[in-house]
Parts: sequence; C-alpha cells; structure tokens
Amino acid sequence: MLIQEKKQVGGKLRYRIRDHASLRLLKRLLGFVAKLAVLIVFIFPFLWMISTSLQTFEETLAFPPTWIPAAPQWHNFAEAMRSAPFVTYAKNSVIITVSVIVLQMIVMIPAAYAFAKYRFWGRNLLFGIVLLAFMIPGQVTFIPVYLMMADWGINNTLLPQIIPFMANAFGIFLLRQYFMQIPQEIIESARLDNASEFKIMQKIMIPMAVPALATVALFSFVSHWNDYFWPLVVTDSTAVRPLTIGIAMLRESEGVSNWHIIMAGNVVLVLPILIVYLFASKQIVKAFVYSGIK
Amino acid sequence: MASIELVDVSQSFDKNTIIPRLNLKIEDGKFTVLVGPSGCGKTTLLRMIAGLDRQTSGSVLIGGSDVSAIAPGQRGVAMVFQNYAIYPTMSVRENIEFGLKNNKVPKEERTRLVESISETVGLRPYLDRKPSTLSGGQRQRVALARAMVKKPSVFLMDEPLSNLDAKLRVQMRVELIELHKKLGSTFVYVTHDQVEAMSMADTIVLMNQGEIQQEASPAEIYREPDNLFAAQFIGVPPMNVGDMGQDGVRFGFRPEHGLLSTEPADAHFTAKGVISTREMLGSETIYQVRTRDHSFMIKCTEDLFSVDQDIYLSVDESKLFLFGADEKRIYRDDRRHNTYLHALRGRFQ
Repeated sequence: MLIQEKKQVGGKLRYRIRDHASLRLLKRLLGFVAKLAVLIVFIFPFLWMISTSLQTFEETLAFPPTWIPAAPQWHNFAEAMRSAPFVTYAKNSVIITVSVIVLQMIVMIPAAYAFAKYRFWGRNLLFGIVLLAFMIPGQVTFIPVYLMMADWGINNTLLPQIIPFMANAFGIFLLRQYFMQIPQEIIESARLDNASEFKIMQKIMIPMAVPALATVALFSFVSHWNDYFWPLVVTDSTAVRPLTIGIAMLRESEGVSNWHIIMAGNVVLVLPILIVYLFASKQIVKAFVYSGIK
Repeated sequence: MASIELVDVSQSFDKNTIIPRLNLKIEDGKFTVLVGPSGCGKTTLLRMIAGLDRQTSGSVLIGGSDVSAIAPGQRGVAMVFQNYAIYPTMSVRENIEFGLKNNKVPKEERTRLVESISETVGLRPYLDRKPSTLSGGQRQRVALARAMVKKPSVFLMDEPLSNLDAKLRVQMRVELIELHKKLGSTFVYVTHDQVEAMSMADTIVLMNQGEIQQEASPAEIYREPDNLFAAQFIGVPPMNVGDMGQDGVRFGFRPEHGLLSTEPADAHFTAKGVISTREMLGSETIYQVRTRDHSFMIKCTEDLFSVDQDIYLSVDESKLFLFGADEKRIYRDDRRHNTYLHALRGRFQ
C-alpha cells in the first residue's frame, strides 16, 4: 500500500516535470518563430536591395519578381558610379561625418565628465537644458538654424552640415551615465598621483569609456552618413553635397524605372555602415553591459 | 617624513556637520590608527589630510606648513583606498608608474623604482598583467605599491584590508606593520575594526560623532579608557557595564576579569547568576552570565561550566571601573571614587 502510494506520488512528480519540459520547449519555439519573423521583416528590404542591384533591367520589371539574378550584373555598380560625380559626393560624406564625430568627441567628453563628476552651481539646470536639446525634434530647429547659417553666409558649403551638430545631447547623456558608474576613488587616486584634470580624462576616463564612445560614434556615424534632408536644404551645388543626395539624384538622371542602377548606388551608400558596425558591435554590447573592476 | 597637525578643523557637507571642531597632532613616523563606528568622521578626517575634501574651517598642516591651499597630488601624501581604486585599463606596471610619470621622473629611474617596489610586494611576475586578472590580495598589493613608489612622507589608508578574507587580512596586517618599520614614514590608517587598531597602532585615535574620544596607545586605551564609549568600543567582547542605581553612575569590568565559581567568593563585586550561553572558542570560552539585574560576558581560559548552571561571579576591586552620569571616567584619585566603590560592595549579591 505504502509502496503504491509512493509510486503514485513519484509518477505524478515525473509527469509534472515532463509537463514543465514541454512547456519550456513550446516557449522556446514561440520565441524562435517570433525572432525569425522580426529577422525577416528587417532583412527583407536589405536582401531585396542587393538582389535588385545585380539584376538586369528586364529582371527588375518581371513578375513574379526575380530573387536570384540569372547572371549577376556587376557592371550596374560601374554604371551607377559613372552617372554622377560620386567621388566628390563620397569625399563630402566622409569629411562631414568624420568632422562631426571628431568635434562631437571634443565637446562631449569634457561636458559629460563635468556633469558626472563635478559639483558646480547650475549643474542640474544646465544638464536639464542638454536633455531638452535631446528631446526637441530637429524639425523645430531647422528653420532658425538655416537662417543663422544664412546670416553667417556659409550656406552651400560643407560648414553648415558640420557646425550645427557639434554638440551631441544624446552622447553627453549616455557618456555621463557611463562616467557616473566609474568609482570616484579612481579619479581621486589619480589626483593624488598628481594628474591634471586633462590627464585624468585622457588616461583614465576615455580608456574606460571606449565602449560608450564607440556606441555614440556609431550612432552619430549612421545618422550623419544617412542624413538627406538637411544637406538638401543647405546646399545646392554638387561640389558640397553628400552621397545620400547623389544617390537620390540617380532617380532623376536614370529615370524612375532604372531600379537596378539606383539600388547599386544604395549598396555603395550602405556598405561603409555595415563595415563600421562589424568593427564596433563588440564595443556596443560592452557599453550596455558595463561593469567595473570590483 | 612629516608630522600632521589639524588645527580647529571643521567639516560640513551642505547642512550636515560631520566634524564640529577638532584638534589633532599626528606624530612624525608613527603608525596612527583612526578608529570608530561608521559615520564617526574618521574617513572625512583622512580625506581632509589628503586634500580630497577641503575643510570648512581651520587648517591642516603637514610637516609644519599649511597645506590647505595645496592640491592633493602635491602634498607628499599617498593614499590606499578600500576598493583599491586601481586604474582598470592600465597594466600593473602602468598603474604603479602613473604617479611617477606625472611627477616627471625620468624613464630609467621609473623602471628601476617600479621593479624594486614590485619585488618588495611580490608583484614582479605580474607587471604586465591587467588588474582584472589579479586576485583581491594582489590588487591590494598593486594599490600599496602604487602608494609606496612615490616615497611619500605620509601614507593614508582608508580601510585597506576590509575587502580581503579573514586569513589574508591577518597576513597583510603583519606586512603593513613591517612595511611601516622599514619605511619609517607617517602612517594614518582608518578602520572601524578595533582589532586592527589594537594590533597595528602606535597611537589609537578613537572617534565618535566627529569628536575625538581618546587618543592613546593601544595598551593605555584598553587599560585606562577615558570614558564609557572607549571602554565599550575597544575590547572583544566589550567591557561589561552595569548601572549602580545611584546618581546615574555606572560600573564596568573587562570580561577576562570576572571570575566564575560554584561557591560564593570574597571579592569586592559579587553576584549570583546563571550561565545563559556558552561560546567555546578554542583557547578560551566566553560565557554569558545572567544575574538578577544585568547580563555579563565573562571570558575564561578554562571551559569548566555548562549552560543553565548556577554560578557566582566576582570581580576584584582593582579591576573595577567607574563612570559618571556624563559617561566620563571617575578615576581613582577622584573624591567620588571611593564613595561609589564602597556603595558597590555587596549591592548586587
């Protein structure tokens, strides 16, 4: 009798454990399907772009759509490059993006350090203003900034595409949060080691914040590399326009239906972002899971 | 080498006064330990000496000259923090070298100094490792080496051993005593652990609520506590204290000075009680004895009694301490001493 009961109890227990296992499996399966769905949604346009960039004109118009081109049309890229002064565009894009990132670092690091580690009069108010700048949409400031640039007489050069973006409010915010996690004692130790504030930033804060800096730099890179509207507003000559506008202009020069050429141009536009992301992704993950040495 | 002097210093943060007004002279070359409960102001005091926080008023003198306006890096002090505060992105070598580089020490001398110091603290094989690959004890040594390499006249240490395990802590305690002997510089050491204070200090500065309670050698502070706080802070278990029931006066005796017997004894203080707990610690046993009015901890070298046993407790006259209602010690030469001592005789039998 006793043994029977035990068995029953044991049997129930086993049954329940199996139940849990199958539930877990189901959960994992659902998770996998959901992730797959998200992946497809995100990757579809991307694969579509690459596929189209290698198709012939006829293939782009065919229905049902062609997924894998019969013969990859590599010359589409050459044609896209030939159809506009792409070297100038690319050069402008690089100058603008690199300058913006470098200037942002110069402004952002000391600002974030001060907000994180100094106590000074008006600190909270000033930081509030930074956050406000972070929250106001760009559309609100387009016109006043445009007028300001016009006043200075620098529209239609590279400068208005760089100067307004020198201070990156999001970057200051992110970096400040990061700096705040660094123990005060490390900075005090450095002060006792007779290091100047500049040296503390250069030798201690910056090396510790590399992941955060990489993240901010990547976000900045993507948003300025891809910026279309603002350069369109402040420039009107090919000599100072970036790649985004160049690609968009392919549509006009190539006619609305030459999708294979336009997509070839887009691949060229997106490629640098992919390359940079490959290098920076490790640092970005680090930035969000930061933990200091205990 | 330098003495340290704090003259009428006070420290407040916003509206909280941590140290109301304090005077202290720390002798050159001595190992001075600032000890007290959390929040007593000992770390605040240390940070004022280092220059990390400026005092609200008063002045700090190192080697006889006022350093109030001098930056921390130029005061000739080195500090070891509780969490070590090692620069995580630098190798052990770079960590030790950082202060020397900032002081523009030439490269060859730097290398020589780093290597000899790392030899002293046993870090030689780890010079090119990153701190994250080191154990707690090794990180502690990096912090020590980093302080030592600058040859400071004053060493400041803020609970440097409290993150180590018990065994390593005892070992590092001995090493610090040896280090102090070898360097001969002024050590100021902050701890809340009175055992650390007793074992390492030349002079203990006992603090509570921003005020110095007593400043004396470990032996003196143990044998002749100035007040009730000192009597109860120093010593494990702390001094037993009982209420006399007269003018708010309290009497006290050390746990090792209470004698336990199964028969009534003839001593100045005697009480009948029962053993309520027994802690056998190996070389000694600590009994908690509950009498009619009090509960006392008694330390015995022999383990003769058991829980719930009826017992007589006696304390010799010379081992009794008296404290007034203001918690200050009533010394033997005080006129009240004999009166109260007389009143104590036979009172709790």
